[in-house]
Amino acid sequence: MRILIKGGRVIDPANSLDGVLDILVDSGVVAKVAKNIRPNGFQVIDAADQIVIPGLVDMHVHLREPGREDKETITSGTMAALKGGVTSMAAMPNTCPCIDSPEQVVLLRKIIAQSASANVYITAAITKGRSGLALTDIEGLKEQGVIALSDDGSSVDSEELMRAALQRSKKAGIVVICHCEDKTLSRNGSVNLGIVSTRLGLKGISKESEYLRVARDIDLAQEIDAPIHITHVSCQESVTRIAEAKKKGIKVTADTAPHYFTLSQEALQGFDTNMKMNPPLRTKSDVAAIRQGLRDGTIDTIASDHAPHTENEKEIEFERAEFGVIGLETELAVGITELVHTGILGWQELVAKLTCNPARILGIAKGTLSVGADADIAVVSPDKEWVVEKHGFLSRSKNSCFLNRTLKGYVVCTICGGKIAYRH
Amino acid sequence: MAETIPWTKKDLLGLEDLQKEEIVLILDTADSFKEVSSREIKKVPALRGRTVVNLFYEPSTRTRVSFEVAAKRLSADVINIASETSSVRKGETLIDTGTNIEALKVDIIVVRHNYSGAAAMLAGHLKASVVNAGDGWHEHPTQALLDIFTLREKLGRIEGLRVSIVGDIAHSRVARSNIWGLLKLGAKVTVCAPPMLIPAAIEETGVRVTHSIDEALCDADAVNVLRMQFERDEEDAFPRQLEYFKNFGITKERLANAKKGIIVMHPGPINRGVEMSSEVADGAHSVILEQVTNGIAVRMAVLFLVAQGNENIKDANTD
Amino acid sequence: MKEKARILEKEGIARTLVRVAHEILEKNKGTKGLCLVGIRSRGAFLAKRLCDCIESIEHVRVAVGILDITLYRDDLTLLAAQPQVHKTEIDFDITDQHLILVDDVLYTGRTVRAALDALIDFGRPKAIQLAVLVDRGHRELPIRADFVGKNIPTACNETVEVRLEEVDGKDEVVIVEKNG
Repeated sequence: MRILIKGGRVIDPANSLDGVLDILVDSGVVAKVAKNIRPNGFQVIDAADQIVIPGLVDMHVHLREPGREDKETITSGTMAALKGGVTSMAAMPNTCPCIDSPEQVVLLRKIIAQSASANVYITAAITKGRSGLALTDIEGLKEQGVIALSDDGSSVDSEELMRAALQRSKKAGIVVICHCEDKTLSRNGSVNLGIVSTRLGLKGISKESEYLRVARDIDLAQEIDAPIHITHVSCQESVTRIAEAKKKGIKVTADTAPHYFTLSQEALQGFDTNMKMNPPLRTKSDVAAIRQGLRDGTIDTIASDHAPHTENEKEIEFERAEFGVIGLETELAVGITELVHTGILGWQELVAKLTCNPARILGIAKGTLSVGADADIAVVSPDKEWVVEKHGFLSRSKNSCFLNRTLKGYVVCTICGGKIAYRH
Repeated sequence: MAETIPWTKKDLLGLEDLQKEEIVLILDTADSFKEVSSREIKKVPALRGRTVVNLFYEPSTRTRVSFEVAAKRLSADVINIASETSSVRKGETLIDTGTNIEALKVDIIVVRHNYSGAAAMLAGHLKASVVNAGDGWHEHPTQALLDIFTLREKLGRIEGLRVSIVGDIAHSRVARSNIWGLLKLGAKVTVCAPPMLIPAAIEETGVRVTHSIDEALCDADAVNVLRMQFERDEEDAFPRQLEYFKNFGITKERLANAKKGIIVMHPGPINRGVEMSSEVADGAHSVILEQVTNGIAVRMAVLFLVAQGNENIKDANTD
Repeated sequence: MKEKARILEKEGIARTLVRVAHEILEKNKGTKGLCLVGIRSRGAFLAKRLCDCIESIEHVRVAVGILDITLYRDDLTLLAAQPQVHKTEIDFDITDQHLILVDDVLYTGRTVRAALDALIDFGRPKAIQLAVLVDRGHRELPIRADFVGKNIPTACNETVEVRLEEVDGKDEVVIVEKNG
């Protein structure tokens, strides 16, 4: 099947491309990017006044399969992704069972092959059962195609074990994604420690619990000269430490999630459990620092930390409710609304943080519209306003922190592997 | 005299959400209800035919009884549901419990719960009125209202008063509700506790923080002494009882250096010899029993106002 | 709201109250065992004025109380217009007294019904009689006044407003027409 995407503004940061161009997709790859390609019997997508970008690469997604198919499945999660313009994602290993052995990876790959409608990559655990006690078979995992390692949800508390993990991951050529949290400091907290935790009468999660662990992991990365990636950066102090490390040439990259550059702890007033995530929403000045970190390049990528939970797990007492929010279907729109329309990032910068940057960190050939690349493309209506509503989600779960918000920027069509995979 | 405004809410969840005028309205209404309890027939038919459920997930005698007496003096029918075990262990979700109670055509649910935000969550899912009788560490609005009512009755005003709150501020819903209510009515509030019992960034609310009991007492018009919940004791930083009394206990000697007419309050039950000496608890400065009496009038006012507020909401919806 | 007619002015109200005071004294054969209870808010002021009238006639000051009937009403809803509950102030024993209940306007009778309930909670008067400044008709309960200042037949879309100096700054009784 040949598809011609006609007359859109093509933005491809990997090739520093930004202009009104046509894209011809043939046999699953980008065949041609040029002006005025003649529609020679191709299926034509009229992209006039639209923005055409590489399909998004989201390096932090919880697809919940296997084990918690009531929250999300590979099928529903990838459909949700396509609706949000996401064509590639790295699934986190905190499933039941945990993805911590080559055998588990083989099984998961089978499920993905059967049911995924977008590209799903596998992140495996650093330690067995994510328990922080013993390392997984990192080399074996890599051989089975795992693209990253993470104990996401926990940090590897033992410095010794983390050191060993980085030594082996470096040798295997695989990046470690660090969930930075010292649970001895954050224990049982459910919102940011400060005036809001005090007002609501909830235990607080201090910023120290995050940035002290960021600092430790950076020190280890420096010592071993291994690449690490800090995920869901939420506070100013973490941004500062990552910026300093980058200046020193330490191989550290970082992502943040849309809620951390959009919402502050004040959103918790009224005990809305859809505002409960880990790390928690921080202060307004942290939001400003995250935005600045995105602007100056300290934060390389935006990832959704898509964390589906059922209503039963959210519509309960605040402290009992699960941490996390869904994000695949809103991340691009929130990015456009909060970063591009506000002038914090240009289109090139935003798209880079959602496409080629995460692809580079994960070492996958995605996130570009180069001729010959996999035809993963999103067509976006940049100024179209829409309201985030529960019933609009394709995800099995509806726990969005952006419910009832008006966003600007709407995915009208997503092409994945050369096929139209989603069309509004 | 402050401008009076009508009560429009179906629930009372906390004092942080209330305007100054709404707090004054509750206090003024309570003033009128106090007279009812002084009659020979201590009952008015204002809530006749209405049902109040006391839904208590934490053991409580005084607050539950106070609400029960208040509801009965308004001629409401009262049902007590006590769940000594937490809702977690019971299996049923709080919202399910609430909707089941509502299906019994109950008008007001008075809820006490060990989790912060539980009352707000219930209120958001029910058409019945919800009155927060204490949620986690969050708020205990009727306790603060009766404290403030007692203060106003004793000293004639709240504006400009200096009130010190002493004790475990970090884990106290009574402290939080008192802070909001007193600040909104123009009092100057000081909180006093060992450093680990002062919650983060509390000074951003507008209170003064001290770790010295003598400093808290020296210029105070009133001191509200919180109950120390030693049974809690999950925090390793919790002080020992004797040590606490030595450093923070209210004694006759300490009061001797305070203002002459200083008022001593306590939400009860008192740990004698821990938070204050018996001499102080039973002494001339203490208004502890008056607080209990006033609690009835304040809770009558609250039950009456939320019932009325809910009627108005229902009427507005049918128009 | 449109003012349609002025029925009484300051002097008219004063004369009416003197007459009612005489009728009360006549019917009860003097001031012995007599007390007045006014219904908040305007009834309370009228009771006080009647007490003054009685004093100037008999040189005896009878007991006066104030009754707040909010808590005895059969509807919570209509309170929206009346935002606050006030105190009842009856600091004397009403048992075995000839109690004159005083209000400004007698209309459906529901206020009086509530007042009777409330009074019974305070004691057992020998008799309760009702005095009103205006009876405008449209009763919904079997209640009538013993002493009426003025009968003013009204249409349903009209109301009678009694204005008193103590609350409204001047004394007058007017008929107003409701809009729509």
